[in-house]
Amino acid sequence: MKTPIYMDNHATTPLDPRVLQAMLPYFTEDFGNAASRNHAFGWHAEEAVEKARKQIADLVGAGVREIVFTSGATESNNLALKGVAEMYAERGNHIITAATEHKAVLDTTKKLEKEGCRITYLPVRQDGLVDLEMLQEAITDKTILVSIMYANNEIGVVQPIAEIGRIAKARGVLVHTDATQAVGKVPVNVIRDNIDLMSMSAHKMYGPKGVGALYVRRKNPRVQLTAQMDGGGHERGMRSGTLNVPGIVGFGEACALCQREMAEESRRLSHLRDKLKDRLMGELDEVYVNGSLEHRLPQNLNISFAYVEGESLLMGINDIAVSSGSACTSATLEPSYVLKALGAGDELAHSSIRFGIGRFNTEEQVDYVARRVVEVVRKLRELSPLYEMYKEGIDLSKVQWTAH
Amino acid sequence: MAYSDKVLDHYNNPRNVGSFDKGDPRVGTGIVGAPECGDVMKLQIQVDDATGVIEDAKFKTFGCGSAIASSSLATEWMKGRTVDEALAIKNTDIVNELSLPPVKIHCSVLAEDAIKAAIHDYKKKQDARQPAEVAQAS
Repeated sequence: MKTPIYMDNHATTPLDPRVLQAMLPYFTEDFGNAASRNHAFGWHAEEAVEKARKQIADLVGAGVREIVFTSGATESNNLALKGVAEMYAERGNHIITAATEHKAVLDTTKKLEKEGCRITYLPVRQDGLVDLEMLQEAITDKTILVSIMYANNEIGVVQPIAEIGRIAKARGVLVHTDATQAVGKVPVNVIRDNIDLMSMSAHKMYGPKGVGALYVRRKNPRVQLTAQMDGGGHERGMRSGTLNVPGIVGFGEACALCQREMAEESRRLSHLRDKLKDRLMGELDEVYVNGSLEHRLPQNLNISFAYVEGESLLMGINDIAVSSGSACTSATLEPSYVLKALGAGDELAHSSIRFGIGRFNTEEQVDYVARRVVEVVRKLRELSPLYEMYKEGIDLSKVQWTAH
Repeated sequence: MAYSDKVLDHYNNPRNVGSFDKGDPRVGTGIVGAPECGDVMKLQIQVDDATGVIEDAKFKTFGCGSAIASSSLATEWMKGRTVDEALAIKNTDIVNELSLPPVKIHCSVLAEDAIKAAIHDYKKKQDARQPAEVAQAS
């Protein structure tokens, strides 16, 4: 078996070779600008873009004219939030989101706060889900948008988006969802799920980096946005800039593959995930899954190995690419705010590992990963004064620590 | 983040892992850090009463690779020194030896704190013991 093993598929996914094949001609022979209206080069490019638009729209139950291409989910989130805040400023200035959102949403709402918006950050329950009653209560007559992610990038928890949408719509409030981790992994349907705006990204679903889309509903209601990028008026004026034709073609192909293979793939990946979880929890004590197991992406496992620090664990399994919510692995030296929001205590955030199993992971790899993690956790627990204290029956929450 | 060879060596082959009996009067124990901060070091020394020389040192650390390496190195450096000599170990010495990057300097600070805490604990025990022994002798 070849190492290193990539099991960090929430960060990014490898390009599916079939996607690459679909993209290749659009770098060389069919290199035209999709906005060139007066020659065949432009027509071919436009045809390819429209085919991809259809493939993407089909995967999520949208219409082709509701897909706006962007550079990725960060841009889509920016466009949705800022575009709505600006367009609907006369109606209100209140936006509701959640504490566990991706930084692309949270940093955008922080910026909007500075510009005069009022933002409510809903806490989540211990299982990572938004409390619908709290959402209900948070809506005021100034609320213009509710933005709740479809599936979380760290803990894989899938929010009750259809219910959230129903609650918001009953009050005439628009709904945006960052569905970056969900599209292509679980069935997403903008009609069934009552979504008005939805961010998507190609590279999380075996497509290329640098391309994404924003779904913008055209009826019931017709959502309007203030463009955040001005230029040639591409994408019906919502996002100017020459289209990334090969990227878009790849995005479309990636969606078509997901649509065909999702049912089978999600069965396979949830089997692998459960196998990994069962082995880790069977062979080690004091292991905790972070977030709901029931409402969760099939390929996600976020798990804390108590009394072992995450970065030191990553160091021990250096032939496996995964990530940790430990402070030591973050640029800010703060443990994961998502895990902190679950309220389980910072120490479990420091001890967490996120496994993102993907299309190209095999059962053999999962077995190897389970074996290596068990081995390294055992070794590090031999080194851990906390594990020793736990074994001696000391209640760690009652110890007077010398915090520094 | 890339780790220096020395950090990797201490991580892969930590020196002097283990524990002494905390109740032993020759043993000084220092526990520093906090689980919610992501690092806790326990450093113990065993001192020859007559000479004041640290005969043996052990550690256990919950923390990143650099924290493990810093405490492992600390036990190596303390062994064979007198308690007063060991007090002279500075966090910057650890930073230099392990080539720790700026974000990992706190690991070395924690190790220095652990050294001081262990020696402090040993000295406290000694001070508490002396009058009792004197009383016993008389």
